[in-house]
Amino acid sequence: MDGIHDLGGMAGFGAISYEENEPVFHEPWQATAFALNIVGIGVLRNHNADEYRHSIERMPPVHYLQACYYERVLTGAATLFVEKGVVTKEELEERAGGAFPLASPNAPDPMAELEPQPVARFTKGDRVLVKDIHPAGHTRVPRFCRGKTGTVLHVAPAFSFPDAAAHGGAFRKEHTYHVEFASTDLWADAGADNESVIVDLWDSYLEGVDA
Amino acid sequence: MSTPTNIASPKARTEALQSALADKGLIPEGALDAVIHTATEDWDPENGARVVARAWTDPDFKKRLLADATSACAELGYEGIQGEYIVALEDEPERHNVIVCTQCSCTAWPVLGLPPDWYKSPEYRARVAREPRKVLKEMGLDLARDIAIRVWETSAETRYMVIPCRPEGTDGWSEEQLAALVTREALIGIALANPA
Ligand SMILES: [Fe+2]
Repeated sequence: MDGIHDLGGMAGFGAISYEENEPVFHEPWQATAFALNIVGIGVLRNHNADEYRHSIERMPPVHYLQACYYERVLTGAATLFVEKGVVTKEELEERAGGAFPLASPNAPDPMAELEPQPVARFTKGDRVLVKDIHPAGHTRVPRFCRGKTGTVLHVAPAFSFPDAAAHGGAFRKEHTYHVEFASTDLWADAGADNESVIVDLWDSYLEGVDA
Repeated sequence: MSTPTNIASPKARTEALQSALADKGLIPEGALDAVIHTATEDWDPENGARVVARAWTDPDFKKRLLADATSACAELGYEGIQGEYIVALEDEPERHNVIVCTQCSCTAWPVLGLPPDWYKSPEYRARVAREPRKVLKEMGLDLARDIAIRVWETSAETRYMVIPCRPEGTDGWSEEQLAALVTREALIGIALANPA
């Protein structure tokens, strides 16, 4: 989805605050929220990592930006426990003693039509074009590189295709590619000739470009 | 969109989810503590620093690390969740590497640890791909104009670590001494290895 999570290249953000000797968790509840999600994925098999990422992407944008990282983790995990029928929102709100905001529902038709690519179609040095897709559901192709052409630096192993895995789609594995884009091809107003961005992209997201 | 005014604190919400799951018997004894222990004790940027120090001192290890960082890190015992496919990025005097995950906040947990807040912030995620030289300068790393920058977006399953250049004046140093020069910030690429 073209959501708030897809932040790469967005303007208007200010200085990055940096904390010396930052602890892993600032407060105990953050550790618990992190662990509840990991146990929800790895032990309870309530949800997978792609459903989890997408549950956070579905948070209303204002809540997403206001929440710290671990509040987003909590909100995403709680949304999936509610959606899978393990707990109810009412039960959570009663226990919390106040409102428990969750993510918005999944889109009814979440996946772009992308033909499965079980065999690697590209190799190091190939020029590839990123399809200009805008699925309503989960995808891992950032907006800033859609419709752009880059060069394959490396072919990575085949991994589960997240757009399908996030929405109960048929399991499919595809190779991913480290595709290098010149910054000046991504943003006309920013970047320099010797700056580039390498994006890790699944085979389905790409099409070949004749040299 | 209705905006509730009585939103429970994140702490109260976390306790609500935890107790709801626990009362249904869904959380195995010790499961949460085990995750928290791993996250705070095992996943540590000092692990990545040891990998870098080994690469600086052992050319065969460095060759293996650049060819297959997952196995090379596993040789030192660093593997597991979010370390299933690690790629090491070697800095060169004329080309610098920096890592981001613009869409969430992925990192190689076993070698870098859970990422710090600045890495997870909307500011870093929005800005570093588009204006890396400016962001690095703001964070204390002023790279000369002729040094190329590669920004690595962690958009799929590859988890990256940066191998910074070995500082001058460290000939003959032990692995332990060298590892102490490598911070989490250097492993992500917003800093260099500390000079000797
Ligand atoms: Fe991420």
